[in-house]
Amino acid sequence: MSTHTFKVNGETVTVDVEDDVRMLWVLRDVLGITGPKYGCGINVCKACTSHVNGKAFNPCSVPVGAISESDEITTIEGLADGEELHPMQQAWIDNDVAQCGYCQPGQIMAAVALVKRCEAEGREIDDEALDEIRNICRCGTYNRIREAIKAGAGAM
Amino acid sequence: MPAHRASAPERRSPGRSHVSRRRFLGYLVAAPTLVVAAEVGRQAVFDSTPVANAAAIPSPPLPGEVYDLLDVIRDAARPTANLIRIEVERDGTVSFALPRSDNGQGIITSTQMIIAEEMNLDPDQVVVTLADARPELVFNQLTGGSSTTFSTYTPIRVAAALAQGRLLDAAAAELGQDKSVLTSRTGLITGMNGEELPFGELTELAASPVDEAVDVALKPREEFSVIGTPRTKSDARAMVTGKKKFLTDMQVPDALPTVICRGPNLNSAPQGVNNIDEVRTMPGVTDVEQVRTGVAVRAVTYGQAVDAVNALDVDWDGGTVEGENDESVLEKVRAGELPLAVPQTPGTTVEGDFVFYFRSNSALETNCAIADVRDGSAEIWGPSKSPIAAQADIAQDLGLPQNAVTVHVTEGGGSFGRRLFYDALPEAAEASRAMGKPVKLMWTRADDSRQGRVHPMATCRVRAQVTGESVSSFEIRHTSVASELNPGLSEAITAAANKAPLGNLTIAQSIYITTQTNPYNVGVATSLLNEVDMRFNTCSMRNIYSPDTATARELMIDKVAAELGKDPYEFRSEFVKLDRFKKVVDRAAQEADWGRTMPEGMAQGIAIHQEYKGIACAVVELDCRPETVNREIRSARTGPRVTKVTYVVDVGLVINPRGLEAQMMGGINDGIAMTLTSGLHLEDGHFVEASWDNYFYTRQWNTPPEMNIVLIEDSEAPEPGGAGEFGVAATCGAVACAYARATGTVPEYFPILHKEPLPFEPYPTVPPIPPSPTNGLEMAR
Ligand code: FES
Ligand code: FES
Repeated sequence: MSTHTFKVNGETVTVDVEDDVRMLWVLRDVLGITGPKYGCGINVCKACTSHVNGKAFNPCSVPVGAISESDEITTIEGLADGEELHPMQQAWIDNDVAQCGYCQPGQIMAAVALVKRCEAEGREIDDEALDEIRNICRCGTYNRIREAIKAGAGAM
Repeated sequence: MPAHRASAPERRSPGRSHVSRRRFLGYLVAAPTLVVAAEVGRQAVFDSTPVANAAAIPSPPLPGEVYDLLDVIRDAARPTANLIRIEVERDGTVSFALPRSDNGQGIITSTQMIIAEEMNLDPDQVVVTLADARPELVFNQLTGGSSTTFSTYTPIRVAAALAQGRLLDAAAAELGQDKSVLTSRTGLITGMNGEELPFGELTELAASPVDEAVDVALKPREEFSVIGTPRTKSDARAMVTGKKKFLTDMQVPDALPTVICRGPNLNSAPQGVNNIDEVRTMPGVTDVEQVRTGVAVRAVTYGQAVDAVNALDVDWDGGTVEGENDESVLEKVRAGELPLAVPQTPGTTVEGDFVFYFRSNSALETNCAIADVRDGSAEIWGPSKSPIAAQADIAQDLGLPQNAVTVHVTEGGGSFGRRLFYDALPEAAEASRAMGKPVKLMWTRADDSRQGRVHPMATCRVRAQVTGESVSSFEIRHTSVASELNPGLSEAITAAANKAPLGNLTIAQSIYITTQTNPYNVGVATSLLNEVDMRFNTCSMRNIYSPDTATARELMIDKVAAELGKDPYEFRSEFVKLDRFKKVVDRAAQEADWGRTMPEGMAQGIAIHQEYKGIACAVVELDCRPETVNREIRSARTGPRVTKVTYVVDVGLVINPRGLEAQMMGGINDGIAMTLTSGLHLEDGHFVEASWDNYFYTRQWNTPPEMNIVLIEDSEAPEPGGAGEFGVAATCGAVACAYARATGTVPEYFPILHKEPLPFEPYPTVPPIPPSPTNGLEMAR
């Protein structure tokens, strides 16, 4: 076992766990932060999508040993500003996107990163950009997701 | 939001209303506060004017049109319907434990709406929870066949109306005023002079000291103000903030992550472990025990349990389908095909023969359960749609009386049929007993994909006889790998079977017959099922047979139309049996701009489907041009793209249009996957697909950029029909028909891309779980 310190949702945490345990399990099983979901464990379903230093990443594919003290991780639980929802979360509610809701924390975190990336690259949130999203929704909410991202992007 | 437009609801005039003026029986339950229950027998009246048409030869109805699966489920539920109860607490809360499982269908929200309507509440004021397994509810606690709203709508209304009436009586007595001058709004009853009495203060006065049957009248439909208005899910905020708790998010003391090491072939059973003690000492591992389906590992984190599972050296048997592959199974299915009838009339014979490969109904949340088995008792948590059957099974396994096993129903992350079964629950109980500790068992994605339940492989043969200007016969022969139906369903169907005009049929045939309809006037129409038992783990997948039979039927309808020199839309509009269907077909064609010119390689397709008291018509536009078909996306199935879907659906009374639209959207995306991309490949006794990016469910790059769902809100049908499965079949048919029209080739097997080269390297079966990558930071973007 070794000790790892990093920031999650604005708080500095220290965990005692083997280096190779993936961040998804550190978050969920050690820290009890269960917003990021397991859907594959091999970085294909994107249900676990969270942010590291403002970029989308998949904690199922990052050993805790690879995270350094200066790294800031944000999960869905840390996206809102207190009671004030992030515009993307609000857009999700306005469009009643979620069905079972299992994929949605990952979808929202991926959407926020996509909008930021497109903005940085000077691209529109058009069908082509939306087609790049790899997150699976087995309930098939894709079309409401597309609408919500466009609305949320406008408000970001 | 994708355009959801509905015609202005036209309220039915009271004189024509089938439901509003009828009286029902409710029950007051002896209790210190107000508790009401309902037991209701009722008739659903779904009449409609048959379409008179000179050319079409009217077909006598198939059994499924007279008495369908929903009727079976409702009738089976009837004897126990009185056990559903609404309670008014002292703090004014109105609560109801829904004997169903919600896996994203939004039935909690629609149930809140139904109760709120009768009690003049805001839906948020109604607390709906999921009930634990209650054996006395028998069939009432089964969520399947899209039955929930249909079978609970009236009993819940009766109970709610009774509660409202009792509260008004109590307020009238308290205020010394006549009941007719009182108003009830948002949980407050207001008197003539503005006096206000909250429900909480009235509940004791309204309570009954004895059980009593009471005559109840329901609110007339013309007065509805909640039912039929769009409403966002009650837990939408919890879902977008990560607060909604799924099974594996729950913290049950000491229930540590547990994963089962499974064998290389489908249903391989363990024959012994060669390194169990070594694995027991791996980091984080607390327990390793052999169970019936494999070797269970309990650890501090799931990651460590997975590593330990992959380190196990286990001897396995060959499983239940050793050596079999897609084509060998197909051969066995073919051998079970029933003959088609020889046409008795002169004319042209139109034939088709279609194959449907295995498909996975794995949800995004994998199978999972928490179990805490102690001496003489067991407590189980799981997202099960059949908790009573699970409870009985587990009790039997553990040698406990059924009432020593508590099964808590949790909200699930998707179901689509799979959670009618409860595979993880007895496994978790077995592991907990073997380890003597609580466990939180989760199937890995590879388990769910390779060992989980599948939609069975099937063939569907159709023969139609075209005579002059009409169709004189239309025969369907569906042959399928046997589909398992869960014990709860089987018992109830068996019990209800003698009520239905079913004759002496197997359970599967009963389900087939009560779900299969032919919506067209095509003379002598028959539809028969034969099953071949091959020991696969099967179940329905947002419907049991319909997506496949609809695909076959609709492709053949296009052929028949061509034979008669008619356009696919024209034929459907002219040959559908009921006026109600014709309206839906015409509306879809008009909304979709049917017949508009499209570039070469693109085409529209149209299909209809009738089931669960409803009728749907889909029009899709499909792009089969090479630049689209061959577009490159990493580890993906691209292929033809559906660019637009118009979906018009009449399911009867709409409770929550926003929720219904969501169900259709999900079904449409399922239908697209089933028809084009998502198949499982059986090879040498196991399924090749071990994850997503192997199994190609619809993704953003497959979903139609344009989707127009139109709900018929002024349906002639007075009650809500089923919705959860209703988006699939018509979509499948329309996509298949569009493909045939765009490419000039009628597809003969599904998914259409099933035989294309696999765009991935299959994962090994030993070790069973693909290892997690370590390069996630490099891929951050
Ligand atoms: S669980 Fe991380 S991508 Fe699927
Ligand atoms: S909402 Fe259920 S998986 Fe996306």
